[in-house]
Amino acid sequence: MSEVTSEVAASGTALGLAVPKRRFRLASVLWKFARRKPLGAFSGLLLVLLVAGAVLSDVLPLAAWDVVDQSQRLQSPSFSHPLGTDQFGRDILSRVLRGARISLQVGLGGTVLGVSIATSLGVISGYRGGIVDNVIQRCVDVVQAIPPVILLIGIIAILGPSVLNVTLALAFRTSFESSRVARGAVVAIKDSPFVEAARVLGAGSGRIIFSHLLPNIFAPMIIIFTLNVGVNILSEAALSFLGYGVPPPEPSWGGMLSGQNRLYMISAPWLLIGPGVALTLTVYAVNMFGDALRDVLDPRMRGV
Amino acid sequence: MLAFLLRRLLSLIPSILILLLFVVVLLRLLPGDVVDVMLKDFRASDLDRQVLEERLGIGDPIAVEYVDYVRGAATGDLGRSFWTQEPVLTVIFDHVSVTMELMLLALVFGTLTGIPLGVLSAVKQDTIADYALRSVSVLALSVPNFLLATAIVTLPAAYFGWSPPLFYTRFSDDPWAHFQHFLIPAAMLAPFLSASLMRMTRSMMLEVLNEDYVRTARAKGLPERLVVYRHSVKNALIPVVTLLGLHVAVLLSGAVVVEIIFGLPGLGKLLIDSLVQRDYPVIQGIAVVTGIFVMLTNLIVDASYRFLDPRIRLG
Repeated sequence: MSEVTSEVAASGTALGLAVPKRRFRLASVLWKFARRKPLGAFSGLLLVLLVAGAVLSDVLPLAAWDVVDQSQRLQSPSFSHPLGTDQFGRDILSRVLRGARISLQVGLGGTVLGVSIATSLGVISGYRGGIVDNVIQRCVDVVQAIPPVILLIGIIAILGPSVLNVTLALAFRTSFESSRVARGAVVAIKDSPFVEAARVLGAGSGRIIFSHLLPNIFAPMIIIFTLNVGVNILSEAALSFLGYGVPPPEPSWGGMLSGQNRLYMISAPWLLIGPGVALTLTVYAVNMFGDALRDVLDPRMRGV
Repeated sequence: MLAFLLRRLLSLIPSILILLLFVVVLLRLLPGDVVDVMLKDFRASDLDRQVLEERLGIGDPIAVEYVDYVRGAATGDLGRSFWTQEPVLTVIFDHVSVTMELMLLALVFGTLTGIPLGVLSAVKQDTIADYALRSVSVLALSVPNFLLATAIVTLPAAYFGWSPPLFYTRFSDDPWAHFQHFLIPAAMLAPFLSASLMRMTRSMMLEVLNEDYVRTARAKGLPERLVVYRHSVKNALIPVVTLLGLHVAVLLSGAVVVEIIFGLPGLGKLLIDSLVQRDYPVIQGIAVVTGIFVMLTNLIVDASYRFLDPRIRLG
């Protein structure tokens, strides 16, 4: 892809146009991506909007997310409250946007951290083999064997319930669990002819890992990443359900979908629809964007 | 292969010991212990606490408790529940069958739909079928199961006057009612499993379908069906099988929410109840049992790599 962009840039300069090189490149890469993978590009845009909404939720002209107003309780969606109000009269739209902070931090942040560690652990374990592999994998066995509920609740009970600690606890679990997938993928390819060829040509471990193994385990890892974004947002929700999530009144999508709010499923469904749709959209966008990214970055499909 | 199996089975012992150490320490670090929970509605003096601690046989330093526990466990004695005084093994045995049944049903549903649909989605990449399958699978990944479970329990009751069975019937009492009770919870756990397997299968199939040997197979005129099933699927399965193994571990004690809402007395529910009551012997027992199961699952998964790709050497 990069050759094409530089070609375009070159022809631009040849025509005597002043082409700001870097910018032009980024824009054209994005444009190309959008043309090849419209759904993926749309999903990427959606993610950008979600993050922007979360960051700007304090600045946007919305009702306050934490003001209790009993006269406004359980209002159905209206002009002043586009997504309605909850049982304490708080505006749901602003709570959904505010909740995006926590859910995205837990979901995206926790997963980025977790999957990065998972990939490193898995690659080292699979590539080195032998004792290193055995020690790492037996540790993974142990962590994976602790029932997730005990592990998460234990960590959070010890560290104290806060957004950061929930994120760290989820990242910890993700990292050990997912490392098995990275390891499996590495084990599957590390004796392939192309890796041996690289070794024969004198490539060191670093080179083999970074330019041969990592690009080839990208596909399963991106699936693991996208799966875990959903799983971690929902785990925070399940922790809220069990009373160990992010402490109230700070809203998270998971928290808004669990606890007392479920009781209004029939009488005031908008309590659940707002955060539910936000959650679904996020998971959808992350998954579709991930798929598109995999397609574009697949070394075997480059230039197709 | 035999040496590999033996080595892994032997390594179960230190692994379980470390697992227990983790669990014992983790539990003791939780705020509040069983005596607090038992006495929370009474105005108890320090003497009362001491008496109760003595009767339950707790209050020793962690190290002592750990060694005692391991010594007992080595002879097959996992202790007794603080609350019911029942042997832990009996308690776990009562609950484990429910979880196994639920898990097996979910695994069968999930695998039988997930993998073939993933293959289909890859073969039909970027067609309507592919988009539809992926969209539905993402839906399955993004709906929280406690929400879905609540919906299934409350909505039909409100609109049709029907609700799924919520009281557990033993298999020996009424096999059909027993089976019916599992059907909906299992059907709720399955889509998540199915969707994640489907996505992994699709992605891996896409990788494999671009390999040279697949092009060769096509070039020599093999029918597409054979190219897909003979030459491609097996090579795409390693991450899929790994993922399946992870799901087994999670389902074993992670179906908590579904078990609670549908009133199924499984391991997940037992775990949460014991956690709330700080019934450490039961929790430790569950950790040992699920731990052995998870480690055996990982062992099987690792051994299956060699079956899927004979070039792989087992470490």
